[in-house]
Amino acid sequence: MAEPVEAPPSAAPIRLLEMDDITLRFGGVTALDGVSFHIDQGEILGLIGPNGAGKTTAFNVMTGIYRPTSGRVSFDGHPTSRLKRYQIAKRGIARTFQNIRLFKAMTALENVMVGADARHSTGPISALLGLPKHRREEEAGRELAHELLDFVGVRGRADELAGNLSYGDQRRLEIARAMATQPKLLCLDEPAAGFNPSEKQALMELIRSIRDRGLTVLLIEHDMRLVMGAVDRLVVLEFGRKIADGTPAEVQNDPGVIAAYLGVDEDEMGEVDDDAS
Amino acid sequence: MQFQYVLDNFVSLFVGGLVFGAVYALVALGYTMVYGVLQLINFAHSEVFMFGTFATVWALWLIGADTSTMGVALVLSLAFAMVVSMVTSGGVALLLERVAYRPLLKRGAPRLVALISAIGASFVLSEAMGLRGAIASALGLESVLGRYVARSRENLGLPTDRTFTVQFEIFGYGVTNRDIIIVVAAVLMMVLADQFIRRTRTGRGIRAVAQDPETSSLMGVNSTRVIQITFLIGGLLAGAAATLYMLQVGATRYNAGFILGVKAFTAAVLGGIGNLRGALLGGFVLGIAESLGAGLFGGEWRSVVAFVLLVLILLFRPTGLLGESLGKARA
Amino acid sequence: MSGTTTAGAPRAPRRGALLDGVRARLRKTPRWAQFLFMTALALLCYLLPLLELPIISTPGTDFGGVLFTVAVYVLVAVGLNIVVGYAGLLDLGYVGFYAIGAYTVGVLTSQHATWPWLLSLPVALGVTMLSGVLLGWPTLRVRGDYLAIVTLGFGEIVRLTLINTEWLGAAPGISSIPAPPSLPLIELPHLDWSTGVPLVDFSDTTTFIQFTVTDPVPFYWLALTLVILVLLADKRIKNSRVGRSWEATREDEDAAELMGVPTFRFKLLAFALGAFVGGIAGSLFATRQTFINPESFTLLISILFLSAVVLGGQGNRWGAVIGAIVVAYLPERFRGFEQWRVLVFGIALMLLAIYRPQGLLPPRRTIRAQQMRETEESLETADPTLVGRVATEDGDVGRDAQEKGEDRG
Ligand SMILES: Nc1ncnc2c1ncn2[C@@H]1O[C@H](COP(=O)(O)OP(=O)(O)OP(=O)(O)O)[C@@H](O)[C@H]1O
Ligand SMILES: [Mg+2]
Repeated sequence: MAEPVEAPPSAAPIRLLEMDDITLRFGGVTALDGVSFHIDQGEILGLIGPNGAGKTTAFNVMTGIYRPTSGRVSFDGHPTSRLKRYQIAKRGIARTFQNIRLFKAMTALENVMVGADARHSTGPISALLGLPKHRREEEAGRELAHELLDFVGVRGRADELAGNLSYGDQRRLEIARAMATQPKLLCLDEPAAGFNPSEKQALMELIRSIRDRGLTVLLIEHDMRLVMGAVDRLVVLEFGRKIADGTPAEVQNDPGVIAAYLGVDEDEMGEVDDDAS
Repeated sequence: MQFQYVLDNFVSLFVGGLVFGAVYALVALGYTMVYGVLQLINFAHSEVFMFGTFATVWALWLIGADTSTMGVALVLSLAFAMVVSMVTSGGVALLLERVAYRPLLKRGAPRLVALISAIGASFVLSEAMGLRGAIASALGLESVLGRYVARSRENLGLPTDRTFTVQFEIFGYGVTNRDIIIVVAAVLMMVLADQFIRRTRTGRGIRAVAQDPETSSLMGVNSTRVIQITFLIGGLLAGAAATLYMLQVGATRYNAGFILGVKAFTAAVLGGIGNLRGALLGGFVLGIAESLGAGLFGGEWRSVVAFVLLVLILLFRPTGLLGESLGKARA
Repeated sequence: MSGTTTAGAPRAPRRGALLDGVRARLRKTPRWAQFLFMTALALLCYLLPLLELPIISTPGTDFGGVLFTVAVYVLVAVGLNIVVGYAGLLDLGYVGFYAIGAYTVGVLTSQHATWPWLLSLPVALGVTMLSGVLLGWPTLRVRGDYLAIVTLGFGEIVRLTLINTEWLGAAPGISSIPAPPSLPLIELPHLDWSTGVPLVDFSDTTTFIQFTVTDPVPFYWLALTLVILVLLADKRIKNSRVGRSWEATREDEDAAELMGVPTFRFKLLAFALGAFVGGIAGSLFATRQTFINPESFTLLISILFLSAVVLGGQGNRWGAVIGAIVVAYLPERFRGFEQWRVLVFGIALMLLAIYRPQGLLPPRRTIRAQQMRETEESLETADPTLVGRVATEDGDVGRDAQEKGEDRG
């Protein structure tokens, strides 16, 4: 197992999220096996690995869908084990889903506003009476939602039902919705799945501009080539274990990683995804 | 609360509950199987059962069995009635699948919509029975059908003799031949169903679809046929239960299915919905609990006990006593 | 998982285009015109029992009484729509809340005390709301379709408890429930159409406002007023964080939770508010009837309520209103078919589920589709920003859905 590579000392990174020796078993299947890694504030961390490696499961543990069999997750200096899922979201972890899970019968705008509502507290009474707080929040939420729809490139489709959007717009809408919760950490689960090369490229640019807005990004992506250019650091999982952790250059030359993507030489690594499914 | 009463009559309450539980269990199997395969609550299954109770009575009328029928003739009459009842219920179940479910499944309708369709079907079936007189007269068949459609909204009694002889005593309670017939017949039916699911090719198909509908259809399992057979088996068992119920209770009515259906569903959930053996266990547990509860609080609280039990189970053990296992448990 | 699993939502054909057209037009009209229209509509509703229009009046039964029943059903449907339509919780025992509202008023004003009606009402609503929370607290954690059965059980428990409890009047129920306080101001005449032309009939008058057993019209006005208030409140709450949270929970509970929605709390809120509205309806019913017994609170009534919501289009308040009108009014208008009522309902439910699962008036769709077409045109000219659009919704989606490993749980 490769040693975790520390970021250059000059940056004095703040650890945003820490996975500490996480193990998760489903009956006989060990989906995560003593996995430890961390995410520094402001970085883009790539999480890669072959199908079934446990990437999505790692997301599910971070966001509170599963409780780890052992090990602990801490976010922003606090353990998350006792938090409910919505509380974790409010603390600042937002995510998208590998198979899109939008609120299909709601409009694009409403989808994003649901995200924005994570920072709001209007209850039935203040909505009923139209109290100023309600109106303020409603206004702010709407504005943020419109701004984010523009930002991800779903401009002009705000009033469309999410389920009627094109596949690519749905993926981007999920990102907008997650960003609307104003997270510190944004977790993207294969956001480029099903995209063509030029769309993938555009998405990577979008992800960098998300980071430029001050967010930390955790990215799951199958396409190695794509990921290499986009991330600051990579964590590689295989069969639920971490097999490498380091800069793209380091990981690329790691014999364990090459072995994991067995039978494919470096040039073809980008295609693993397609072979596997 | 009458603790003393319950203590004094424990055995009789227990056996009474066991007998009722056998009927619940048989009907519960229908719920459990359909749920296992489709993840749907077949709300109209209670009506499948209700049709069986009527078929039982009509079959006895047809062969002229009455209170004077005794001995072997009685046994044969009842056996014939049970077969007719099973065929009727099986047919209704198939019709139900064809009319209320298949069109929805084809469209991939949400489960809520399927449940609503089932509720609709349930109303149609029970009202059709309750309005059979009016329907017959609208069709001009009233005189032909005579007593079969007369007094459609009223109770309909079993025509044969219902005095049963005590066969042996346990702890002072006389177990009658009826008790024995009901429990034995019910257990026999369930064993047959269980073996069918476990051992036959079709049974394997049912289990495969319950596990994973998509893959099994890729693997060449004809899921439409599997669903049909599932409904059919559920209907046959409900038909058998209907005859046993008539032996036990003695009368039926167009809306007799509802309460029994809810209880049978409770039994299925209690045992772990989707789990055949769970339905058996759930039926007996529910029957006994209800019987003891009725003894404790008074007969008028009988159904309340059952419903409260249902709520409690769902709260504390939503997967039931034995877990959900016809397919895998789905949350 | 959330209660509904949809395999490839069917492309719904454009039916009900007429209604959708009306709504689209309504949206385009300026606010003041909308307000005017609504006010006129409300006024017309208030005047209906006096106008006694021949086509819609009910022969044989008192039209005012029918209108009252319709208004109560509308209340119930709007309340149940919060639970079933917005929050997506299938409640088959809604009649339980209706009963609790009715019985609380009965117990406080007649059976065990002689409270004034106005005082008993808020208490009744408090009690129903509390019962909603008490039922919801433990049960809202169970799976969607189990919830249906648990609530069904709840409705039956309420009814059986009413039958079996002497303190609550047992089977005969409670009688002599007093009327709300009256404030007689003026006599309003009804119209008489018996000669074919409307004549003002001064021998048939309604006192504004006097609640008497013989004249249901003031009760109707009271109910209508409450309907309007509830509709306004419903609109406000729906168009807020609360309404969005309900819908998000209904659409995908897990995803909602991960977007920071405390789903359980909002489901509970939906239950409590739904119960509250059901309680209003129940109290009104008891007051108008002056007597209540468990027979009025059977499962069949629950199913009628539910069919009003489903028939109209779950999740759309006007759909619920229309559904309630259909369910409550048609059988009265066409009496003589009464015995076929339930049968026809059953058939209607099945047909609806099969051919129009979204209900008669589904929540906005065509409007959105129309806007989509407009924006599409405007997009044609805009430069393709950041990310190019995906060409088709082809195999990628399917492949993605088949990939295993995401959020099974
Ligand atoms: N709820 C569950 N129950 C049982 N096994 C599960 C569950 N969730 C995940 N697994 C198993 O855990 C392992 C890791 O799955 P995971 O979805 O995390 O993989 P992944 O790296 O995201 O793969 P992919 O690239 O296909 O998305 C797999 O073997 C999967 O079958
Ligand atoms: Mg994954």
